[in-house]
Amino acid sequence: MKLPDFTYAAPTDLRGAISLLAADPAARALAGGQSLIPVLAFRLGAPSMLVDLSNIADLDKIEVNNARLRIGAMARWAAVAESPLVHTHHPLLRAAISHVAHYQVRNRGTIGGSLAHADPAAELAAVALACDATIIAQGPQGQRRIAVADFFCGALTTALTPAELVIALELPCMPTDLRWGFAEFARRRGDFALAGAVVHFSLDAAGAIINPHIAGIGASDRPRRLTAPETVLAGQAPSLAILRAAADVATAETDAADDLHGSAAYRRSLAGTMVLRALADACAITLP
Amino acid sequence: MPTLPIDCTVNGAATHLDVAPRTILADALRQDLGLTGTHVGCAHGSCGACTILLDGAAVRSCLMLAVQAAGHAITTIEGLSNPDALTPLQAAFRKHGALQCGFCTPGMIVTAHALLSANPDADADTIRDMLSGNLCRCTGYISIIEAVLDARAAYQEARA
Repeated sequence: MKLPDFTYAAPTDLRGAISLLAADPAARALAGGQSLIPVLAFRLGAPSMLVDLSNIADLDKIEVNNARLRIGAMARWAAVAESPLVHTHHPLLRAAISHVAHYQVRNRGTIGGSLAHADPAAELAAVALACDATIIAQGPQGQRRIAVADFFCGALTTALTPAELVIALELPCMPTDLRWGFAEFARRRGDFALAGAVVHFSLDAAGAIINPHIAGIGASDRPRRLTAPETVLAGQAPSLAILRAAADVATAETDAADDLHGSAAYRRSLAGTMVLRALADACAITLP
Repeated sequence: MPTLPIDCTVNGAATHLDVAPRTILADALRQDLGLTGTHVGCAHGSCGACTILLDGAAVRSCLMLAVQAAGHAITTIEGLSNPDALTPLQAAFRKHGALQCGFCTPGMIVTAHALLSANPDADADTIRDMLSGNLCRCTGYISIIEAVLDARAAYQEARA
C-alpha cells in the first residue's frame, strides 16, 4: 500500500532530532527505513512525523578505543561489513552481517535501526547479546549506557524511553584466539531466520572450553542468551558428544512459539541444530 | 501534507522535484519523472523490481522516501541503457533468454550492474547471493545467473 500521511524533518544535529521526537509522542525516528517503511506500507504504523537521522554528522562512525569497537547507529550494514576495523576486531559480527537481509537492504539498513526495531530474528541482536555489548542511547535527559541484556524487552520492544535514540553500539574487541561460530537457517536466502545461533568461547592451556557464550536467534520472543548449553560446555574439552549434549539442552531452553512458518517443536529442534552447527564450526569439528 | 522541494541528480541530469513526504522514491521516479523502467512489484521491500542505484549502491526505491533523494545521485534502469546498442547485461539476458514477462528484469539488471561494477570476477555463488533479493516468477533463476556470468567479460575488460 501507499504509505500513510506524515510530515518529515531531517535535522542536522542529534539535539534537534531528540527535541522533535520529544515534542510529539507520535513522531518516529527514521534510520535506514528498511524495517520502518515496510511497517508503514503494511499500515501497521501511522506516525505523525518521521525524523530522518541521515543528515546528522558523525552518527555513522566506526572506531576502536580501549579495546572496544564502537559503531555509530547510522552505520549501514555494507559499511560495517567492509570496515577494516570490524574485519580485524570483530570477525563474528562481519560473518553475521552476510546473513542480514539482502544486498540492496544491506546498502541502506543501519545497525541502530536494527537494534531499535528489536526483531527477535535479528542477527545483530544475538551477536550483541553473546558479546556482552553496550548500547549507547541519548534522549532528552542526556546520554546513558544500556547493557544489551537489559535492552531487549520483547518482540519489537526495547528499554528505550520516548524520544530516546540508539546512537552507538559498543562491542569488546574479540581476542584473536577467541573461538567463534555462527549458524542460521532461513527458508530462502536473506529471509528472516527460523532459528540461528551465535557462539564464542576460549580454550585454556589444557584445551578445555572456558567462558562459553551462546545466544539464540528467533528462539524466543526476543534475542536470548542460552545459559544451559553454556553450563554444559564450561570446563569440557570439545568433542562431538559434548557439543551434542549442549545442543540438546539448548533445544530444551528455547521457548519458540508456533507460527505460520513452523511448529514450536520444529523451531526448538532447529534451534538446537543451529547451536550444534555453530559450535562445530567454532571447534573445527566436522559433523557427520 | 504540503510537498517538499528537493534537488537531486537523476541519470546524470540535475533534477528538481516537489514531493509529498509519504511518496516513495519509486513512485516519484515513475509518476513525476516518467521513468517507468523502475517497476513496483510489492512496494514493501520483498521483490527487488524497483532496485535503483543511490550514489552507485543498489537499493530498493520502494524503501526510500523520495524526499530522502535530496542531494544524492540516482541512476535508474534508463540510465544504464544506451540508445545505439544493447549493453553487455542486456545482450547477455537476450542471449540466454533470461526473461519471460520482463517485470523483474530492470531490478535484476541494476543489481547485476552494481555487483559486476564492484566485483567483475564474481562467481556463480556470489551472483546467486547478491541476486537473492530479486524475485523472478517466470524463468527460474538459472538463465539469469548464466547471463550475469556471461556479462562478466565486459566488466573485466572495462576494469583492465
